[in-house]
Amino acid sequence: MKFDKDIRLFRRTRALEAEIDKFLDLLSEGGLLFKHAVRDYLDHGSCDEFEDKLRQVNDIESAADDLRRSIETQLYSQTLIPDARGDVLGLLENLDNITNRIEGTLWGFSIENPDIPAVYKEDFRQLVEMVVEAVEAVVLASRAFFRNIDAVGDHNHKVMFYEKEADKVSTKLKRAIFGSNLDLAHKTHLRHFVENLDNVADWSEDVADRLAIYVIKRTH
Amino acid sequence: MDVSVLFFLTSGIFLGWALGANDAANVFGTAVGTRMIRFTTAALICSVFVILGAVFSGAGAAHTLGKLGAINALPGSFMVAFSAALAVYLMTKASVPVSTTQAIVGGIIGWNLFSETLTDSSSLAKILSTWVICPILSAVFAVGLFKLLNWLLHRYPIHLLRKDAYIRVGLIFAGAFGSYSLGANNIGNVMGVFIPASPFTDFSFAGLFTITSIQQLFLIGAVAIGIGVITYSKRVITTIGGGLTPLSPIAAWVVVISHSIVLFLFASQGLEHFLASYGLPTIPLVPVSSSQAAVGAVIGIALVKGGRGVHWRVLGSIGLGWVATPVLAGVVCFVGLFFMQNVFNQQVYTPVHYGISEPVLRKLNSEGISGHKFNAVVGESFNSAVDFTHALDQVPSLGGNTYPDVLKYAKLHDIFIDPSLLVNLESGTLSKLKVAAVRLLAGRRFEHEWQLADALAELEPEWQTLPASKFNRIRNKNLKSDLTYLYRLFSAVD
Repeated sequence: MKFDKDIRLFRRTRALEAEIDKFLDLLSEGGLLFKHAVRDYLDHGSCDEFEDKLRQVNDIESAADDLRRSIETQLYSQTLIPDARGDVLGLLENLDNITNRIEGTLWGFSIENPDIPAVYKEDFRQLVEMVVEAVEAVVLASRAFFRNIDAVGDHNHKVMFYEKEADKVSTKLKRAIFGSNLDLAHKTHLRHFVENLDNVADWSEDVADRLAIYVIKRTH
Repeated sequence: MDVSVLFFLTSGIFLGWALGANDAANVFGTAVGTRMIRFTTAALICSVFVILGAVFSGAGAAHTLGKLGAINALPGSFMVAFSAALAVYLMTKASVPVSTTQAIVGGIIGWNLFSETLTDSSSLAKILSTWVICPILSAVFAVGLFKLLNWLLHRYPIHLLRKDAYIRVGLIFAGAFGSYSLGANNIGNVMGVFIPASPFTDFSFAGLFTITSIQQLFLIGAVAIGIGVITYSKRVITTIGGGLTPLSPIAAWVVVISHSIVLFLFASQGLEHFLASYGLPTIPLVPVSSSQAAVGAVIGIALVKGGRGVHWRVLGSIGLGWVATPVLAGVVCFVGLFFMQNVFNQQVYTPVHYGISEPVLRKLNSEGISGHKFNAVVGESFNSAVDFTHALDQVPSLGGNTYPDVLKYAKLHDIFIDPSLLVNLESGTLSKLKVAAVRLLAGRRFEHEWQLADALAELEPEWQTLPASKFNRIRNKNLKSDLTYLYRLFSAVD
């Protein structure tokens, strides 16, 4: 009977592992949809394709929320990984925040319909590219935290790199916007979107920083 | 059945309870401390396996009599068990993991002093070496195992959750196994001395299996240990599982395993016998204790992590506790015996007399100890081992190293193989051939214990002591335990 119970323990563990993987998959998928949605907006404004992707991100965000809650409940109700439980909880909530920010930014595009002059579009494209690379890297770092803790550093390094690149692009973009002849309302409106995009990368970096601390805690 | 037996049994139960409260931490302390296993789960598993170990493995000949077998009067055993239990209880109250065996040895030394029995000087040396060698050995194993495990996990990484599940299962298995050994190894100390006075009789369960009176007695002791685990073990568990230094789940598992490895490698006569029987080199047996091994392993892990997390104050109080345990038990026992004898009028020891008669001289001669030297003491009777040794000091050219043998052969013990007591052998641990040999001696009377042993050895090869060797060690030890059982059962001394 005891052996039976152990088997059940392993089965539960595998199910939970799968849920965590699914959560990270959703985050990664959300990032990729975000990139395509912003590109669609830049190319065609608030078109059907854009709205469709926004809906998908919306679904992903609520699915990720449900998964996160389920994982957290299981971790605590089954008293799993007692030494890393708090860290995992923090990690999942911060990762979830990335999806929330992605969703919020896309809603901003949909509602506020910002008018992005053609001259800045390439920089916007580059910015979203860097931001999504940072998100992808932080997803890999998080996966490594669960599966191969030694590899977290390699991925974290990339998160830092892309966050810096995103910063460079956003600074360049903001300088260009405020150096232009656009009216102030338009300028501040555009800045708002640049910052929203850049914030996703900043948040990814924050998660990476936390991960680095968790790794130190678990390996020293 | 004498009601006083039941009263005396209570100190055995108290000792069992104290042992459970203190020693559960050695097998489950780190698992509970790291929150890998809930206290209630751990206490339940521990209690069940302690009971199984005590009832099914504890009744073997090697463990039955336990340390208290040296005490020759039931009220004396009561006091030794009580003083040991009190010492262990006080240490448990102070959250200090201590060795119950050392508390018992301390109590026995108190009894020895009171009854003017000689204390085997090696028992003191054993206690001292256990404080030092055992934790060091355990720490070395813990460090090695911890490094190996970390290297393996570095090399072959596994999912955080799966690692957690494996460690959890590992902790449960190691804890259950450790609890089983805890019960098997310690029940003799708790209950062994009461076997000859056991108020129970064998009963058969639906004709399927029989529960012997010894097993029933051990069941009571084991239940006491189990209750100790459930009701009072949390304090020491907290010390081992985090009070000394914070531990990770892997470290928790390493502590339990290295503690078990040390106990198995350095204290297992079974392993020695196995290695010797295949002509392999044996591992030297050293006195080890579960509590000392567990503390050593925890400290080993803390040191490999740089030693920063060690709470030195806790370690200091543990060290003090180790010294205080046998001393306290000894003092309490000595004072308690005084009161039992003089206030409650109990006979706390049976005076042992010594005398060198003709048969003893012949025996000494045959054992290579020249008989003529003893002319000055032949025919005299001595009322205690201490008196007798003083007299031996006057014997010219008698080396001190022969004293134990001379004492053994000169010890007077009126033994009568009472035919009405033979029925008690059926439920004991003796083999059929051994029992048959004893039956042949029914009605005989012996003046010395060795005479009975010699008579039995002549009748039945199973009763013969084999030449001392690593291979024969267990057999001879069991033989000695069986003989002691007979000496007690057929003792014609009040």
